[in-house]
Amino acid sequence: MAENRQHTETVSDIHKKITTAFKLFDYDANNTVDAREISTIVFSLGCFPSQADLHQIIAEVEEGSSGYVHLDTFLPVMTKVLLEHRFPPIPVEHILRAFEVLDKENKGHLEEGELTKYMTEEGEPFTNKEMEEMLAVLLNNKRGLVYYRDAVGLLGFDGVMK
Amino acid sequence: EFQNNKTENNFPLQRAQKLIRWYRQYVARTEMRRRYTWHIFQSIEYSGEQAQIKLYNFLGYLMDNFTPASSERNLISHIFREHEVCLDAEWERYFCYKNIEVPEVYSGPHLTFPLTVEQAVGLLEAFRNKKQLHSRYALQLLLETWKLLRMLPNINRISTCQSKEITICGDLHGQLEDLLLIFYKNGVPSLEKPYVFNGDFVDRGKDSIEILLILFSFLLVYPCDVYLNRGNHEDHLINLRYGFTKEVLTKYKIHGKRILKLLQKIFSWLPLATVIDQKVLVLHGGISDTTDLGVLARLDRHNYVSAMRPPKKRNSSSSGVSIDADLEEDIWNTSKIFQRRASVSYPKPLGPRDCFQNRSLQDFSGRIKVKMEDELESSRRRESVYQLAINRSEKDVLGVSNDSVTSYDNPKEEWRQILDLLWSDPMSQDGCIPNEVRGGGCYWGPDITEDFLNKHNMQLIIRSHECKQEGYEFCHNRKVLTLFSASNYYDVGSNRGAYVKLGPDLVPYVIQYQASSLTRELTARQRYTVGRTERSALKVLREQLFAHKSDLICAFKKFDKEATGLVSLNDWASAVESVMHLDLPWRMLCSQLVSCKSSDGTIDYNDWFNELAFKGPNHIDQSLLETLYRHRSTLETIFRIIDTDNSGFITVEDFRQTWKLLSVYLKMEITDEDISHLAVTIDSNNDGSIDIDEFMEAFRLTDKKSRLERGRSIPMQTP
Repeated sequence: MAENRQHTETVSDIHKKITTAFKLFDYDANNTVDAREISTIVFSLGCFPSQADLHQIIAEVEEGSSGYVHLDTFLPVMTKVLLEHRFPPIPVEHILRAFEVLDKENKGHLEEGELTKYMTEEGEPFTNKEMEEMLAVLLNNKRGLVYYRDAVGLLGFDGVMK
Repeated sequence: EFQNNKTENNFPLQRAQKLIRWYRQYVARTEMRRRYTWHIFQSIEYSGEQAQIKLYNFLGYLMDNFTPASSERNLISHIFREHEVCLDAEWERYFCYKNIEVPEVYSGPHLTFPLTVEQAVGLLEAFRNKKQLHSRYALQLLLETWKLLRMLPNINRISTCQSKEITICGDLHGQLEDLLLIFYKNGVPSLEKPYVFNGDFVDRGKDSIEILLILFSFLLVYPCDVYLNRGNHEDHLINLRYGFTKEVLTKYKIHGKRILKLLQKIFSWLPLATVIDQKVLVLHGGISDTTDLGVLARLDRHNYVSAMRPPKKRNSSSSGVSIDADLEEDIWNTSKIFQRRASVSYPKPLGPRDCFQNRSLQDFSGRIKVKMEDELESSRRRESVYQLAINRSEKDVLGVSNDSVTSYDNPKEEWRQILDLLWSDPMSQDGCIPNEVRGGGCYWGPDITEDFLNKHNMQLIIRSHECKQEGYEFCHNRKVLTLFSASNYYDVGSNRGAYVKLGPDLVPYVIQYQASSLTRELTARQRYTVGRTERSALKVLREQLFAHKSDLICAFKKFDKEATGLVSLNDWASAVESVMHLDLPWRMLCSQLVSCKSSDGTIDYNDWFNELAFKGPNHIDQSLLETLYRHRSTLETIFRIIDTDNSGFITVEDFRQTWKLLSVYLKMEITDEDISHLAVTIDSNNDGSIDIDEFMEAFRLTDKKSRLERGRSIPMQTP
């Protein structure tokens, strides 16, 4: 499980990891990123937060209402998140199981319409654009079916960035 | 609270929430990969350009250090030689097209001069339909272009009067698709639709010559409404490395060399910049803290043929006709003023050229990112000594000079002004430092922009030179706009292109696009994922890593004091960065670059190199092979310079001499015997000549993971 692999990580390692990810979006080389990139950075560090979680983090690290986040503010907050394993990755078995639950008749695939219905309804649903994109990625046949086992394989699952 | 709930409930909505989160994570990861893929391409692109300038340093070194009596003289003069000694009139005879017959079977366009707009549009259509313009017409068109360009000033001045909107395009790099797309969206150039093309028309893409022919034909039809600025790739020595030379010689097998020679002159006659309404400056690279539009307006731009060659001898005879003297004569004749041997007798100025030489000479692909503070400090020191040396040489120049009474301008200084214009990049910090990433020009800061614009009473600089993901980018408080018009530049889907419209209000209006015929071939899935581009970038990166095998192993050993052959991930990343200096997120890339990781996360670095290995020619010492591999681009460029008749072969003797010179410069321990042995081995059929392509092919890494071509070579499919 994720926890075991991470127990040898020192705080210094974690700092390096966070800084590396942060700097990829630091276009002006002044240790600042646009707040809108924070979700990408958090996800890429192996976390699986909900939208609500993300809003909370952004609120904590944004410089007032400037729309920018400084590394000095982000680093301690994100370090804590990682040390606490606050948003652990969803194990691949859970993803598969999730698909299986949606596939009530156990067909091995889901129809475009079905998937769309579930993903765009309650909770923190997909936007139309996200739905469209996901379907473009997962649908590879003319019949409009998502073969979810393939999908999980395709999108890969290196949720934990070493 | 769904996220931490692991109970086995079967509520589909909750499950869907998990899927949603999983997918969003995937998108974020993809975005991250897109970013570092971009970084990889860019770092390597710039380090390639840096290597190019270092090639110049090598050639300069040759000229400074080999006396006329030495046997290497032939090879060196070979490298620098102008083919003929003649006046412009004699050049026109050399370029004469009249004897070239156009065969009946030719199905391309026939041009008559003076050119009409119908013919220009016809040419566009022909190229769209993959036709090629016959060499007779190509030469004729180029000759007319040359004649026209000679009459233009160094700096074009245009205005948006009569409510004309001016369209400005950035780098095109031989990507005909993008030019066609721009003309489709925006209309072709006309009296109502003036255009400025901001350099880098050629190299990398596969239709460079077609782009030139189109731009030149519209220039001839509408000389007051089409403006061309020179880019750093409008340079025949750069073209040797980046594909344009090869493209022309392949498409025009018989007359290619003449076409290239004529283009060499045309490039040197391209204007350096364009000013719109006296308020907006359009140029290819950028500015420096010493950029002086007055100096730039006055100099003889055609004397500066290449970024990599020192200023030509300026011998303005009384008739005012410029003379293309044989550079060879220049070099060895000590009584001439501007020849480079003179620099040997002065203390070498610590300008950019020397600072590269003083770096690790084992490694052409030296440091890329430098610590800003250190850099500013040492550059200040360098600049002052450099300035001192320039002043001294200027003094001596004026002292010795008897003939060039009219010139008070220092050609070295003028050359630097042009280099700055064509090669510089903006940075976010204040100040001005040498551009070590590219190897030419400088990095300039917002304060420099501010001062420059105030001094010249201008409000905006529009430049190109750097690829941007969105095709454009503002910086320096929106006073500098970077414009890049070659979409999908690094690989399919890597970036958009953009052009700008400027009306009398001088507010830039940006239009973006992306050439789609390539993307149409991709499936929807491929378009949204980053896999393909990423694989190309990683392949290129692996080659770079392999080329530094010895240095990397040294670095690993420092971390592996107990000689276990293993290093941790952290140490691996630190070691790699310390050698490669590419400032890439190595820890993130590790899983993509190293497959032989053990379960506890340590890396066996010897195994790793085996993974990267390639099959080079047999019986050659491994370390020699590695050095050859590392400098293969430089070697290839030199070979192509030597191969003056473009046969694709060079003699074993030339190969030997080149390699010997290179090894001296690199301070390598290589015996004559080693080199001879190498040459003999390469000349496998023993006929005294070496096939350049075959030699280069030997160094293609056979990647076990993927057999995709390098990202950059995809657009360059030579027939």
